[in-house]
Amino acid sequence: MSALRGFRAVFYKEMLHARRDRLAIVFALMMPLMQMVILGTAIDTNVRQVPTVVFDASGANQRDGTALLGTQASRAFIDRLRNTDTYRVYRYVDSDDALNQEMVAGRARVAIKIPLTFARDLLAGRQAQVLVMVDGSDSAVAGQALNVATQVGLDESLKRMLPEGVKPVIDVRPKLMFNPDSRSPNFFLPGLMTVLLLFVTTMLTAFSIVREKERGTLEQLLVTPARPLGIMLGKIMPYFALGLVELVVILLFMRFAFSVPMHGNPLLLVCLTTGYLFVNLTIGLLISTRANSQTEALQLGMMSILPSIFLSGYIFPRDTMPLLFYGMSYLVPATYMVDIARGVILRGAGLAELWGDALVLAVMGLVILLLAARRFQRMIV
Amino acid sequence: MSAAIVAQHLTRRFGDFTAVDDVSFEVAQGEIFGFLGPNGSGKTVTIKMLTGLLPPSAGTAFIDGLDVSREAEAVRSRIGYMSQKFGLYDDLTALENLRFYGMAYGLSGTHLGARIDSALERNALGPYRDRLAGRLSGGWRQRLALACAMIHAPRILYLDEPTAGIDPVARRQLWDLLFELSAQGITFFVTTHYMDEAERCTHLAYLYYGRLIADGTPENLSRLPEVTPAGTRRYGVSTANAGLARRIAAAVPGIRSSTIFGRSVHLLVDADVDIDAILAALRRGGVTVDECRPLVPSLEDVFVELTERRQREIEGGA
Repeated sequence: MSALRGFRAVFYKEMLHARRDRLAIVFALMMPLMQMVILGTAIDTNVRQVPTVVFDASGANQRDGTALLGTQASRAFIDRLRNTDTYRVYRYVDSDDALNQEMVAGRARVAIKIPLTFARDLLAGRQAQVLVMVDGSDSAVAGQALNVATQVGLDESLKRMLPEGVKPVIDVRPKLMFNPDSRSPNFFLPGLMTVLLLFVTTMLTAFSIVREKERGTLEQLLVTPARPLGIMLGKIMPYFALGLVELVVILLFMRFAFSVPMHGNPLLLVCLTTGYLFVNLTIGLLISTRANSQTEALQLGMMSILPSIFLSGYIFPRDTMPLLFYGMSYLVPATYMVDIARGVILRGAGLAELWGDALVLAVMGLVILLLAARRFQRMIV
Repeated sequence: MSAAIVAQHLTRRFGDFTAVDDVSFEVAQGEIFGFLGPNGSGKTVTIKMLTGLLPPSAGTAFIDGLDVSREAEAVRSRIGYMSQKFGLYDDLTALENLRFYGMAYGLSGTHLGARIDSALERNALGPYRDRLAGRLSGGWRQRLALACAMIHAPRILYLDEPTAGIDPVARRQLWDLLFELSAQGITFFVTTHYMDEAERCTHLAYLYYGRLIADGTPENLSRLPEVTPAGTRRYGVSTANAGLARRIAAAVPGIRSSTIFGRSVHLLVDADVDIDAILAALRRGGVTVDECRPLVPSLEDVFVELTERRQREIEGGA
């Protein structure tokens, strides 16, 4: 127990700091929620309702008044494209120039031109052509827009080629597991939870020791019989509690504000997350023992957080990373937490599947805590 | 009874730089030990070694007969330390600072409460108990810092420049308190730049670039043969134009050194030089001498003289 001497005193003091600095605490709690609301509602990785402009020249010789009406065949084809929910036709134009102009101006991401002979060719059994131009500046949107258009064309062709009542030979039945509606919040929020907790816990502790160094209270603390481990744990605990509160709030938000289903046991998730909180808090401490000023602590904190975000698989899938980065992702605590969060929340995974992640986090936390305590002891000089 | 503080050949090196070089001294219980020296001479490093904050590169420090490196735990509860920056948490109240340090020293319950009450009372901090430390003025901050450093009733207190930046009244009050406490047997280790504070110490040591160059009571130091070497005497010459007097005196043979102190010039003179001859030389140069009297060297004379001697040694050795 003597290694933990000073824990009670430091805990008492840190709670007072937290109480005096309510603004920082409220900020620390509210910021993640705001980010969550923004990301949860604004970001939809599914490509839907792409603004589309159409030049339907089909059967232009059957002109009625001034507007081009197209033919029954061309209108049916356009409707099929619209029904995919991928395209939102916001305007019909009546020249190639106007079509181009919409694309150049950036108002349209997709431009569809149906040529004069479309209906006539179909009727005659010739190959009819449709021009689909896609703005390639956003690759996700472009890819999806092209795929859907090709798919619709292929479907339509098959339907016309096969005799009535004959089905295609192979029927692929895709089933999207764990996130059947492929809702973005379901995928994003469990990962986001990981990142938000990372920010709160790392940054709060990153300042805690270096602040004492700057204020000159550190030496005073070090001449007391309080031991490094006791001081460190005393500093961690209030923020640990704060992290837990944050976790619960995030989970409630996720479940009830964003209707992300909880397939696993929420209690298990909270338990496993404590390990993750612990690791981040110790990383914060380690940063704090290294930094010479709070500014430096902030920079070091960002240096540790950003790679975590990118390597954890929260944004970019880890499976497609180059080998080096894939290997590095194993060193990032957030990687294990993203797996735990998605596992419990989306896949309904239990301890049997996730104990490995939890173990790694626990070991990381202990090792880093000891490193920080050692480093702390040497800081005095 | 063993001495309160013993430094034996304490040495601390940082890379090639030797901050404290083979320093030895003893401080008896109940002494007010003044530790003096220019900035950067190694005073704070010495304190850190004596408190166990910093392991010495060589040598040993003992507190109440306990080896600081080996029995750090026992030593820590015996000593209190007030750093230059006071070590107060500005966003905690006076009471909370006291309670925190009390807890850090392992006090709890009614014992802690009693210690806090007596600390508040002794330092007259009662009216400020619920004020944030950051809102206290210099003198009160220093009192609170001292109260915090003493919350666990240490027998030995290190005060690193305790009066830097506080007003004369608060300084006077602090010293009154130190005398009172030292009468109760508490030992003080005080660093300061103020000569009047040095005069109040019962024991002085002077550190110059890591080397201890003086150690003794103020009286002993004033009588050091190095300060007033055999065959020399000191005089104080009062005059309205001390600058001119010093320039003239510097050219008179037999005058070893001359230093201006306000409206007077302190002269260190070979004993065989006739003081009247010097006064005559001054008058010839146009200096009106108001008074001339033999002088016991002040502590400032002592330290200036010792510093110059040491500097000559360093330069001579190099």
